[in-house]
Amino acid sequence: MNSLSRTPLPVEPERYEFHEARAYVFELTRRDLFKFLGAGALILCAETRPLGAQESGRGQRRGEDLPKEIGAWLHIGEDGVVTVFTGKVEVGQNIRTSLTQAVAEELFVPPDQIKLVMGDTLLTPFDMGTFGSRTTPTMNLQLRRVSAAAVDMLKDLAAQTWNVPREHLVAANGKISDPLSKNSAPYRDLLKGRELAQLIPDQDPLIPATEWKVAGKPLQRIDGRAFVTGAHKYPSDQKRPGMLYGKIVRPSKFQATLSSVDASVAEKIPGVTVVHDGNFIGVTASSEELATRAAASIKTEWTAAAQPSGSNLFEYLRNNLEKPEKIAAASSSPMPSNVVQATYTVSYIAHAPLEPRAALAEWSGDKLTVWTGTQRPFGVREELASVFHIPVESVHVLMPDTGSAYGGKHTGETAIEAARLAHATKKPVKVVWTRKEEFTWAYFRPAGIIDIRASVDSNGRVEYWEFTNFNSGGSGLTTPYAAEVRNEHFQPTKYPLRQGSYRGLAATANHFARESFMDELAHQTRLDPLEFRFRNLKEDRLRAVFEAAAKKFGWPRSKKSLGQGFGIAGGVEKGGYVATCAEVAVERATGAVRVVRIVTAFECGAIVNPDGLRNQVEGSNIMGLGGALFETVEFEDGRILNGAFSKYRVPRFKDVPVIETVLLNRKDLPSAGAGETPIVGVAPAIGNAIFDATGVRLRSLPMVPNGLNLS
Amino acid sequence: MAKIFSLLVNGTKHSIDADSQSSLLSVLREQLDLTGTKYGCGEGQCGACTVLIDNIPQRSCLTPVGDVEGKNVTTIEGLAQNDRLHPLQEAFLAEEAMQCAYCTPGMIMSAAGLLRTEANPSTEKIINALNGNICRCGTHPRIVAAVQRAAKVMKGGAR
Repeated sequence: MNSLSRTPLPVEPERYEFHEARAYVFELTRRDLFKFLGAGALILCAETRPLGAQESGRGQRRGEDLPKEIGAWLHIGEDGVVTVFTGKVEVGQNIRTSLTQAVAEELFVPPDQIKLVMGDTLLTPFDMGTFGSRTTPTMNLQLRRVSAAAVDMLKDLAAQTWNVPREHLVAANGKISDPLSKNSAPYRDLLKGRELAQLIPDQDPLIPATEWKVAGKPLQRIDGRAFVTGAHKYPSDQKRPGMLYGKIVRPSKFQATLSSVDASVAEKIPGVTVVHDGNFIGVTASSEELATRAAASIKTEWTAAAQPSGSNLFEYLRNNLEKPEKIAAASSSPMPSNVVQATYTVSYIAHAPLEPRAALAEWSGDKLTVWTGTQRPFGVREELASVFHIPVESVHVLMPDTGSAYGGKHTGETAIEAARLAHATKKPVKVVWTRKEEFTWAYFRPAGIIDIRASVDSNGRVEYWEFTNFNSGGSGLTTPYAAEVRNEHFQPTKYPLRQGSYRGLAATANHFARESFMDELAHQTRLDPLEFRFRNLKEDRLRAVFEAAAKKFGWPRSKKSLGQGFGIAGGVEKGGYVATCAEVAVERATGAVRVVRIVTAFECGAIVNPDGLRNQVEGSNIMGLGGALFETVEFEDGRILNGAFSKYRVPRFKDVPVIETVLLNRKDLPSAGAGETPIVGVAPAIGNAIFDATGVRLRSLPMVPNGLNLS
Repeated sequence: MAKIFSLLVNGTKHSIDADSQSSLLSVLREQLDLTGTKYGCGEGQCGACTVLIDNIPQRSCLTPVGDVEGKNVTTIEGLAQNDRLHPLQEAFLAEEAMQCAYCTPGMIMSAAGLLRTEANPSTEKIINALNGNICRCGTHPRIVAAVQRAAKVMKGGAR
């Protein structure tokens, strides 16, 4: 992040790719690296990428075609074990299980004989990254196609081997059988160790969801035992022989430049190596604690310009527009006279994955291997290749199943830090960020401002709709409701903190504003909030989830006690349809707000793993509750003020309401992803319930970081 | 200064060469390769590093290793017996009480501590016992259900 002025982004795809300037530019030159590496392999690398030409984390191979050979995706070993290769990664969404189900279904092999290799840049086909709820609609489909093609090829082999007509052959339980000739052989015997070299046909009929036997049903988590016994090795658990622990000396503020260093104390500690390269200062030691002590002993001075603070954040965003747009000019119709307006804001929040960023890097000659927790192993490979001036083929990134990400682990800072230290010490080095580092040096969900103006006619129909999002993003910005005149804009601005992807992206902010304002309009027109929505709805699938949530919740409900309130909200995002009902209890004397119950109805086409889907819906609700009620990143002049779990409040057991989930299974529709969309209705449903309980309209997220002020 | 300690972890005695002020967490992870116990915050706020010390759940990130000499330390790796999972581990699988599962070892150890003092805890007691453990993925209702399920199984004569 070199300057406050950055290139604004188009509305979509918004912030899945990271557009910040890269965190490190090392003075280490190609020649230095070459000296260290010794071997002549680098001479082969004719291409030099100028420093800074590539922004951090930007994948270069967007257009790269997926391999067309079955064998690139699927291997059937002589032991009968099916190995599947996918560049997608597991960060807790349990796609290892849902993708296994897809393969099991189409390949006719029991799930326990299928092993997934995920996110390994050497072994798996290129993948942009695991984000945007794309795994189910794209990779699930791809692996089904691959598996169906493999079965076709196996049937061809069997028909040839047995000299029988192909059309009678049946695939089941890892075998091809011919009921007529009574021939039967396991796949492995037909293949005899050969690769599945054929191409995946463009059109191959897949098993319709109505006939799924493995997919569409709950399946116990793959490798579950390793997780409950502590045996699974997360990125931060990785270890290599002779490994050292690394720590980075952090700048005093964001965007700071190092002006002086005194590392004399650290340098005298036996076993400690200090690495200083430009703005980068790190240490290695034989233990994490020693590395921490050594890093703390290094005295540094930094210079940095004054930076905006949280107290003037929204003023800053409004006054620092990028490429100012003619906001109201898109419509030729004049603004009606009965227009009402409101402004909503969302603050910066942190992903706070329970496993902080971690990486273990090891050089072997001119080859770099990095184990790290990232949603974009191929993107991190690009970053490493660029920073260290080596071809991407020399970099191998592996992604062990990781302790969550929520959009927060797209970039490779930790990998670069570990690799830089490993390069200097010629030993494997592991860097695991502290919680404070994770809260400070990662990136945040963007803050933003949303202005809405609208008018409603005497029949309760929205006539005019104007919606502008400043900085937070364009996802979910478009209203699913009918309005005669619509002006909807994303207005990029300069921004004070490093910002990027977060579960649901700006759809949370945009739904909070839109669905709260729809509630305001409903009250203004004296219509029930659900009835008001129905009058303006044009999407049947959205109507269906509203109806399902309302039925389960018992909408409309009459209040039984003082301080009780009910709210409803919904929306469409990433192919998924969600409606959320919330019940809150507000204690009038103290202003304490408790969410008592949340009912969510969700529809994302044909359901692949019903229990996994419920788990995602529940998790989205709880995570969404944190951002709705109390999560906020406090900052002042380039420093984070609450970078600890004791200061940054995340939802805990006592905050969790009763959660009920209604899943609508549309077997006639393609499966969409589900990790993100269920989060979007949470904040507005709670806000609308608080209004119902108290008459107070809260237009800023988080809504009640310090309780509700009812005085 | 470094000192040789004798540590009893999961029923096995280990000689540890460590500073007495080193955290139990770092010794477990770096010296004994017991990486099931996780770092999450280093300030006792998240519970990912929970282990049992003489049957009481403790935050290993805040526990100096010098303080546990002669005490009985149980980590997540020591909960299953002879390949037979502890009822809590079975219950977490049965309830699918995890997503990324990074919090799972700490959750299970906190719950194990609770069930050793309270065979049939109420929902409220479970919530109180686990409130210091953070699950960022939002599997809380499933975790509560898993602890209830394990309690039932254990009351029925298992451990």
